[in-house]
Parts: sequence; C-alpha cells; structure tokens
Amino acid sequence: MIAFEYLEHTADIMFRAYGSTQEEMLSHAASALFKAMVDPATIAVRESWTVEIEAPDLESLAYQWLSEIVFLFETESAVFSTFIVRLTQVGAMPDETIKLHAEIGGERIDLDRHAFGTEVKAVTRHKFGIKKNDLWCIQVVLDV
Amino acid sequence: MDDISKNLKKIDDNTYEVPIGYRPGMRVPGRIFVSSSLREMVEPGTIDQVANVATLPGIVKYSMAMPDAHLGYGFPIGGVAAFRENDGIISPGGVGFDINCGVRLLRSDLSAESVQPRINLLLDALFQAVPSGLGATGRLHATDAQLTEAFLSGAKWAVEEGYGFEADLTHCEESGHMQGADPAQVSIKARKRGRPQLGTLGSGNHFLEIQRIEEIYDEAVAKKFGLFKGQITIMIHCGSRGAGHQICTDHLDVLSRAVKKYNIAIPDKQLACAPLGSPEADHYFGGMVCAANYAWANRHIIAHWTREVFEKYLPGSKLDLVYDVAHNVAKIEEHEVDGKKEQLYVHRKGATRAFGPSRREVPDAYRAVGQPVIIPGSMGTSSYVLCGCDRSSELTFGSACHGAGRIMSRSQAIKQFKGTDVKSALNMRGIVVKATSPGMLAEEAPQVYKPSGDVVDVVHNLGIATKVARMVPLGVSKG
Repeated sequence: MIAFEYLEHTADIMFRAYGSTQEEMLSHAASALFKAMVDPATIAVRESWTVEIEAPDLESLAYQWLSEIVFLFETESAVFSTFIVRLTQVGAMPDETIKLHAEIGGERIDLDRHAFGTEVKAVTRHKFGIKKNDLWCIQVVLDV
Repeated sequence: MDDISKNLKKIDDNTYEVPIGYRPGMRVPGRIFVSSSLREMVEPGTIDQVANVATLPGIVKYSMAMPDAHLGYGFPIGGVAAFRENDGIISPGGVGFDINCGVRLLRSDLSAESVQPRINLLLDALFQAVPSGLGATGRLHATDAQLTEAFLSGAKWAVEEGYGFEADLTHCEESGHMQGADPAQVSIKARKRGRPQLGTLGSGNHFLEIQRIEEIYDEAVAKKFGLFKGQITIMIHCGSRGAGHQICTDHLDVLSRAVKKYNIAIPDKQLACAPLGSPEADHYFGGMVCAANYAWANRHIIAHWTREVFEKYLPGSKLDLVYDVAHNVAKIEEHEVDGKKEQLYVHRKGATRAFGPSRREVPDAYRAVGQPVIIPGSMGTSSYVLCGCDRSSELTFGSACHGAGRIMSRSQAIKQFKGTDVKSALNMRGIVVKATSPGMLAEEAPQVYKPSGDVVDVVHNLGIATKVARMVPLGVSKG
C-alpha cells in the first residue's frame, strides 16, 4: 500500500491518501499535506502536540483535522513529521459524533535546516471526499 | 483539449458561451472571454467549474471566466458571478481563501537611470524591511485591540497608526475599508493566525517588485494616472494572510452544513453557500469583510516600509499610490439587469474590478477616465495598467482579468525547472530576484504562466478596460 500520492492540478496541490483504517488514512493525509510544505527528512521529532476534534461526520472531521495542521504550523512555528490518530465514536448511532485524538511529533522551525516547499494556505473542499474500497481513501485539494 | 471547444459556442472572437445543458442544473449560460489561442489553454476542468457556478441559485446573466481563467476550486480562477439579493446566495467558493488578495501600484518621481545602479541594494533592503516567505511573522506586533481595528477599518486604521497618508485612502478600492465588517465572525483561531502576520508579504505568487514603465499606450490617461515612460513603479501583490485563510476555512465548515439546512444542491463542495439574508450568509459576509480590511491594512503597511527604504537610499524620492485593487472578494454593487438597476452580490475570484467613468465608486481623481486596473505579470514578464471602461458594466459586471494565469502545475514546474536556473536566466535579462527558497522560483518560473500580453489584449479588445502602460520588472522580492 502506498501511503499517499500527489495528482496533477494546474494551480494547487491535489493528493489521495490511503489507509487500512480511517485512522491510518487520516495520518497519511496529514503526512501528504505537510510534505507539500516541508521535506519530512529534514524534520526531527523533538516535541509533541496534542489535537482533539469532534465533528458530526467523518468528512467534516477530516476537513477540520487537516485544517488544524495548517493552523498549528503557523501559530506554533513548528514543523511536523509524525501523526498518530485515534478515533472514537460518541453515541450509539453511526455518524452521530466522531472524536479524534492525535499526537503530532515535530520541532520548531529552523530556517537553516528545514527545506521549505510550498505554503499551504488552506484545505479546500473542492473534490474533497472519503471512500472505502479495499482501503480507505481520502482525496484533498490544497490551496497554495 | 480540442474536443472541449466543440461544446462551446463562439459568440465573437473573444467570447465563448458554455450553453445551458453543458451540465445538469445550469440556470444561466457560461461566458468565457478568451481569444482563440488562449481558448486552447483552458482546461476542461475550468469549463466544468464555470458550468458548476451557473447552477447556483439567483445567479444573474452568466457565469463568467476572464481571459486568465484556469482551474481553481469552487469557482475557476478568473471567475465572476453576480447573485440577486432576494433569491441569491453568497459562497466562499467565489472568493477564495486569500480574501482580498490584491495588487497595489506606487508611482515614483524617479527615472530608471537613477534606480538601476542601486537595484541590488534596494532589493536587499526591501527584502529585509518586508517580512516574506513561509512562516514569516511581522515586525509589527499588533495587540488584539489593534487587530480588531484593522478588521473594522483596514487601511484607514493603518493611516491612524502612522502608516501611509490620508490621501492614499481615496486611491484604494473601497477607500481601503469596506463597510459591513463584523469582528464577532472572526474566530480566535483566525485572530491567532492574523495577529503575527500583519505586515507580511506571504509566499507563493505574492511579490514586491521594482518596475520600469517600458511602454505607454495612452498618453492622456497615463498622465491622469501620473505615469510616464521610463518611470520607476513599485508593485505589491499580497492578501489577508492566515487571517483570511482561517476565516474562509471556519465559515466553509458552517456553510457546508447550511447547504443541507437550506436544501441547496451544489455540484462541488467548495461551492458551499447560504441564501442571502440568512444568518449564515450574514456571518460569512461580516467575516469576509474583516479579512478584506486586514488585507488593505497589510498592503498599506508594506507600502509604508517600502517608502522608508526608498527614502533611506534615494532621499527625497516620492512614492504616490496610483491605486489598490482587490481581486478575491464578494461585494454588493448596483448593476443594470434587463434595463433595471439591481443590488447584486458580485463575486470576483481572481478577477479585478474594472469600473468605467460613469461609476460613482471611481475616485474623483480618475472619474474623467475610469479606474486604474492593475494586472501583474508573472515573475519576469510585463505587468500592465489598464483603464476601466463603461462597457465592462454591460459585459462582466465591471470586471477584468487579474494576472497572467497559470498553465503548468507546480509539481510539473519543479520537475522541469531548477530555481537556480530560473534565477540566472532572469539575471541575464537584467532582472534581479530575491526569494526565501529556490524551489519557489521554479514553481513560479515565467514559463508556467500564460503570456500576460495575450490576456490583457482580450480585455482591451473587448473594451472592458483599455491598455495604458506596460511595466517590466527590474527587481523582484518573492516570499
């Protein structure tokens, strides 16, 4: 299984991320997003950040999760390379509320060491979607 | 891409129609304003996006794409659409994340001869004075109260804080402070991103450029705009930074739920919207105006620091504001529809307002001729100043293109070009470039954009806005 792949888009960045579980898919999607900004090989894991999100459905949760990473990058002035995601279903009904708990590993920005690529302005909802075939798959277009 | 053109109906040499029925649910036809050579560069996905916008409730006349149109998200880049107040919608998909990304042009009283020998020095100083690049934070450490003022009154606030002059304000679209800002619609997250970034250029296609006027097309209008051949001009291209991006992100989530609540069928999730008059629509508009004002304050502050650099290295030089235009915004404007004047919500995403002399929004200084329409070229190619014409009101709700428009993806550009090669090729042509990352130079190589001259010619030939001056870059500071 490949973790993620980038697809052609004229102005922005489009990717698909895969996983055998929803958690793995969300973790790979975060890696795909961040790799567009900074080469992960240049990032050491020295600190960790915790993220908690609650959303009414998986799609909204995924959108908020990826948006949160952009937010953390800017406000913490940090770069990330590991994303451990745990999901819990709240309530008995499917899609009632999903809760995400994530541990993100990385370090503070060091302009001499980190190889920066493109600035991701935001996660768009254009062609945004999650599918389950053999694997879970999320498709995302980033505004850069 | 030849097969797509057979689905388009040629109206005239620069106008192609996307007929109703191109995709299900279209309420109006689409109109793509391109020449035959530019038409070949329009991706099928862009036409789909024009058609998608045409399905939105309350859309008036046409879903339009300017000659620089290319694939975007939601609306195409270069997309323009207007919606009726009583049954229309507002959508962040028609504005974009970088709310009020825009362009400002300063004219100097300097000739190229006096500046060219100092170009390296000036560019280094500008690069220092105006923070840019990924993750950059500003020199200005705004408090929360100041941030609120920036949201409420934009460039007007910046002037009160000592950045720029009162006289600059009339030379900004909306006088640099749009009405209707509601800071309550700005989340804590958006504030947190926006506060440290006020007074930063950003990265990507944003830039600060020292230019020389190479050609004047219309002497009389150039004189009105204070432009002459050989003159040094400064162009600033940036937007509302993380504040705008987060405001859009937050409201997009709310509006995604609103489409279900109001039962609006949308063909693309980025076209999430709410009916005008609904609380969700009002909240988005109030937040969007905050971001627009932040962007005007941002460009005002950057212009001030630019003036300081010029004053230091070329004492006594004067940099006056020609005009400042927004090219990602939704605004309430009066337009004529079927012979009747109506209040419309005009969305411009990667499109510049191009009002002619009859519009009261055009500042007094330019009322006799029309507003300056500022069209940046890509890095290393010409930029243009045009003059808005009244014909634009009939054709495009008073809108023109906003730049050259990309034709090559960033990943393709990185494969094909090396940043260092791009830099030396530009140097060979006498253009000095400073950038925080060489990868960025490859992504923004001149070849990845359509020829800016071709794009501008379409606007000129249609009579939307006429060419006044062409500038060539001397020095570029990229994020």
